[in-house]
Amino acid sequence: MRKVGFNNKLLPYILIAPQLAVTIVFFYWPASQAVWQSFLIQDAFGTATEFVWLENYETLFKDPSYFNALVVTVVFSTAVAALSLGVALLLAVQADKHIHGAGPYKTLLMWPYAVAPAVAGVLWLFMFQPSLGVLAKQLRGMGVDWNPLLNGTHAMILCIIAATWKQISYNFLFFLAGLQSIPKSLIEAAAIDGAGPTRRFWTVIFPLLSPTAFFLLVVNVVYVFFETFGIIDAVTHGGPAKATETLVFKVFQDGRLGGDLGGSAAQSVILMFMVIALTAIQFKYIERKVHY
Amino acid sequence: MVERRPLSNLLAHAILWFGIAIVIFPVYFTIIASTHTPQDIFNGTMGFLPGGVPSDNYVAALFAGAKQVKTTPATVMMLNSLVMALMIAVGKIAISIISAYAVVYFQFPGRMFAFWTIFVTLMLPVEVRIYPTYKVVADLGLLDSYLGLSVPLIASATATLLFRQFFMTIPDELVEASKMDGAGPMRFFWDTVLPLSRTNIAALFVILFIYGWNQYLWPLLITTDSGMDTIIVGIRRQIVTSDANTDWHIVMATAVLAMLPPVAVVVFMQRLFVKGLVETEK
Amino acid sequence: MAEVSLKQVKKSFGAAAVIHGIDLAIADGEFLVLVGPSGCGKSTLLRMVAGLEEATEGEISISGKVVTRLEPKDRDIAMVFQNYALYPHMSVYDNMAYGLRIRGLNKEEIDQRVKKAAESLQLAHLLDRKPRQLSGGQRQRVAMGRAIVRQPAVFLFDEPLSNLDAKLRVQMRIEIKRLQRSLGVTSIYVTHDQVEAMTLADRLVVMNAGKAEQIGTPMELYNHPATLFVAGFIGSPSMNFFPANAAGGTLELPGGQRWTLSRQVAAQGDVTMGIRPEHLTLAGANSPAGHAILPLYVELIEPLGAETLVHGRLEGGKAELTARVDGEAAPVKAGSTMRFAVDPRHLHLFDRTSGARLQ
Repeated sequence: MRKVGFNNKLLPYILIAPQLAVTIVFFYWPASQAVWQSFLIQDAFGTATEFVWLENYETLFKDPSYFNALVVTVVFSTAVAALSLGVALLLAVQADKHIHGAGPYKTLLMWPYAVAPAVAGVLWLFMFQPSLGVLAKQLRGMGVDWNPLLNGTHAMILCIIAATWKQISYNFLFFLAGLQSIPKSLIEAAAIDGAGPTRRFWTVIFPLLSPTAFFLLVVNVVYVFFETFGIIDAVTHGGPAKATETLVFKVFQDGRLGGDLGGSAAQSVILMFMVIALTAIQFKYIERKVHY
Repeated sequence: MVERRPLSNLLAHAILWFGIAIVIFPVYFTIIASTHTPQDIFNGTMGFLPGGVPSDNYVAALFAGAKQVKTTPATVMMLNSLVMALMIAVGKIAISIISAYAVVYFQFPGRMFAFWTIFVTLMLPVEVRIYPTYKVVADLGLLDSYLGLSVPLIASATATLLFRQFFMTIPDELVEASKMDGAGPMRFFWDTVLPLSRTNIAALFVILFIYGWNQYLWPLLITTDSGMDTIIVGIRRQIVTSDANTDWHIVMATAVLAMLPPVAVVVFMQRLFVKGLVETEK
Repeated sequence: MAEVSLKQVKKSFGAAAVIHGIDLAIADGEFLVLVGPSGCGKSTLLRMVAGLEEATEGEISISGKVVTRLEPKDRDIAMVFQNYALYPHMSVYDNMAYGLRIRGLNKEEIDQRVKKAAESLQLAHLLDRKPRQLSGGQRQRVAMGRAIVRQPAVFLFDEPLSNLDAKLRVQMRIEIKRLQRSLGVTSIYVTHDQVEAMTLADRLVVMNAGKAEQIGTPMELYNHPATLFVAGFIGSPSMNFFPANAAGGTLELPGGQRWTLSRQVAAQGDVTMGIRPEHLTLAGANSPAGHAILPLYVELIEPLGAETLVHGRLEGGKAELTARVDGEAAPVKAGSTMRFAVDPRHLHLFDRTSGARLQ
C-alpha cells in the first residue's frame, strides 16, 4: 500500500486477525447462512428440510404483504429524503450567509443527530398521541379527525415527521460543510459578472454542491431503510394494518413470529442486494478512498 | 456574501430561528412533560410551562422505573447502555486501528484479500442479517450478555478505512527516521502512530459512542432479561398500546435521561463530532 | 575507522534497473556529495547505504563491516531527511533523545549529549518546543542535532536544504560544512544543486541515469569534465556547446570560422566543442596572441551588477552562446556584433557520439 514499511512475517497477521475473526464470525457466516436458508423449506416440526431453489423468493413476490412493505418503504424513503434534504439545504444556505454567525446556529441545529431514532419516535408520538397529545388536540380543534393509531395515512405522516426531524441535522452539517468549501472567489467572480444572489445559487453554488447532495441522497435512503426501524417500532409498531410496515420491519416481525425461516432468510437476502446496489452507486464517491 | 442586503439577512435569521424552534420544540416539550404529574398529562392540562414535580418523576424513573408496566430502573439501563456504548467504541477503535496498521505498513501475502474482506462489510448493516447473526450469538451462548450486545457490532470497515486513510498521510520519512532511531514496528506504532492518531481516535470515539448508545434493534432482539435492557430499549418497553397504562411522566423523564449523554457529547465535543462525522462518511 | 565502500552496487525495481553498478570508496572523514538531475538514482544510492532500500546486487561496507543486509539501526549511521522527518508530537529534546532512549543509554548520558548538541546548534532555548513552533531553519538544525547526538560513524544527508529559502540555504550550507569539519565524521550528501555540491564536497560524484559519470574533486570536475554531461552539469551558467569539425590542428566552427590550435588534438572529424561563459572575454586590441576570436551577434543582455550575461549567436551560424563578462567592462549593446576571445586552454572537446572527453 505504500513503499516504506516493515518486514515482518508474522506480525501483520496477528494485527489483522481480531478484525478478520469478528468479520467472519458475525458478517460472512451469518450472511452465508441467510443465503443458504433462503433456498430451503422446513416442515412445520422443524424435522425435515428440503432444498427448493427459488421457491421462497417466488412465494415472497406473490405475497401481497411483501409488496405492501415495498410500497411503504418507497413512499417513506422518498418523503423523508426529499423533506429532510430540502429543509436542511434551506437552513444551510441561510447559515452560510453569516460566516461568523454560523457557529451558534450549527450548535443549535446539529444535536438531534445524537437522539436515538426510537427516542425521536417517542417524542413525536407523545405530542401527536390522539388522546393526550398537545398537537393532536390542536389538530382536532381545527376539525381534523387525527388518529395515527387507526388511520394508516396519519401513522405514516407521523413516522415521516419524526424521521425527517432526526435527519435534518445530519444533512445540514454536510450541506454547510459543502457550502463553506466553495471558494469565495468563485462567488465574487459571479457577482462581478452580474449574477444576483438567486442566479448565483442556481448557476454556481448548486452545481458545485451536487456531489454532496448526491452523497446525502444515498445516505438518506440507507438511513430510512435501516435506522428508522426504531422510529417505526416506537410510533406505530408497523401498524395500523401494516400501513407503516417497511421491509426491515417486516423481516423483524416475520422472524419474531417464527416459523417461516426460509421466507425470512429470502427477505434478508433481498435487502442485502438492495444495500449492495446502493453502495455500488455510492462507490463512485468512495473510490477516492480505496484507490491505490 | 458579496452584497449588503439587510432585508435578506433578516429573512435568513428568521428562517434559521424558525428551523431551530421546530428542531427544539419536541425536546422542550418532553422536558416540560417530565416535570408534570401523571394527572396533568393525562387530563391534558399541562400546557407549555414547567410543572411542579421534576424531582419526583426523575427519582421514580431513575430508581424504580414505570409502575403500571413493571420496567427496569433507568440507573440500571443507563449503566447497560454505557457499558455497551463503551465496549463498541473502544473495541471498534482497537481492532480497526491495528488492522489498518497491518494493511498500510506491511507487505504480506493475502494483504489485499484481507483488506477487501473487511471493506465489503461496509455494505452489510446488521439489520439485513439480523436473524442469522442472532443465531450465531445464541450458539455462542452470548444472549443477555454485554459481549453479545457489543462484539457483533464491533467489526466494521468504516473505522478501518478512516485509520488507513489517515496513516497514508503520515510521511514515509517518519517511518524511516524511526528505523534510523532503531524503532521496530510495534515501537513505531506506540511511540509515533498512536500519538499522531489522537484526534482521529477521539473524533471516532464520539461518533461510535453515539452509535453504540443509540442501538435499538440489536439489543431488543438479543436481550430477554429485563435487567440487561439498554435505556433506548427500556423506553419502548414502558409504552403500552392502551394509553391509560402508560406512565407518560416516567416515559418522558426516561427519554430525557436517554438523550442527555449523547447530546452532551455532541454539544461539548462539537469539533471532534463534526470531524468524526465528516471523515467516517466521506 | 569509518570508511564506506560500495562494490558493484546495483538496484532494480522489477525489471527496471535504476542503479547500474556503482563502485565507490569514501575515506574516513571525507565529505562526499552525490549530485545529478532528479531521477538519476542519487537518492536511491544513499538510501541503500542507509539500509532503507535493499541493494539488488553488490556489497556495501561501513568501517570494514559488510552491512548490505543489515537493518538501518545496525549500520551505525544517522540521516538528515529532506523534509526533516521530525516527530511532530515530540518536543525538540525528545526528538533528539528518542533514538538514544531506544538504544538504552542512561538518562545522564542522553541529557549530556542532547544539551551539548543543542548548544552547538543554537537550539538550547528551543528544547521544549514542538517542531511546528519552529522556523524552517530551526527544524533543519533539530534534524541535524538528532543525527549528531547519535555519534554515528557516517552522516547521510538527503537534500537537506531544498526546503529552505535561498538565503537560509546559503547560511545552512556553511554551517553544515563547518560542523562536518569540526566533527570529522564521514558524510554522504545528496543534492541536485550543483552550487551546493561544489561548495560542500571534498569529492563529488556526478550521477546520470543510474551511472556515476565522474568522481573527483570539485576543481577536477570543473577543469576536466570527463563527459559532455558533466561539463554541462557543473558550472553556472552552463558551458556553451557547439558542433565543430577537427582536421589536423585546425577546428572549423559552424559559422565558418577556422581556428588553428596551438596544442595537439588527436581528434579528427566531427566533435562537440565546449566553452564556459566565464572564459569568453571581450576582445580588445591587447588580447594575447594565440587567443581564438569569436564574433558574437548580441541578442540579449542580463546585467547582474558585478557581472553581465551576454546572450547571442555565433556570427554566420545558428549556435547560441552565453558569455559572462565583467559588469564594469565596456558597454555591450543588444543588436550589435562583438568580438570575444578565448584562451585555447579553456576549450573542451568531446566525442560527438559518445560524449567522452577528447584530450
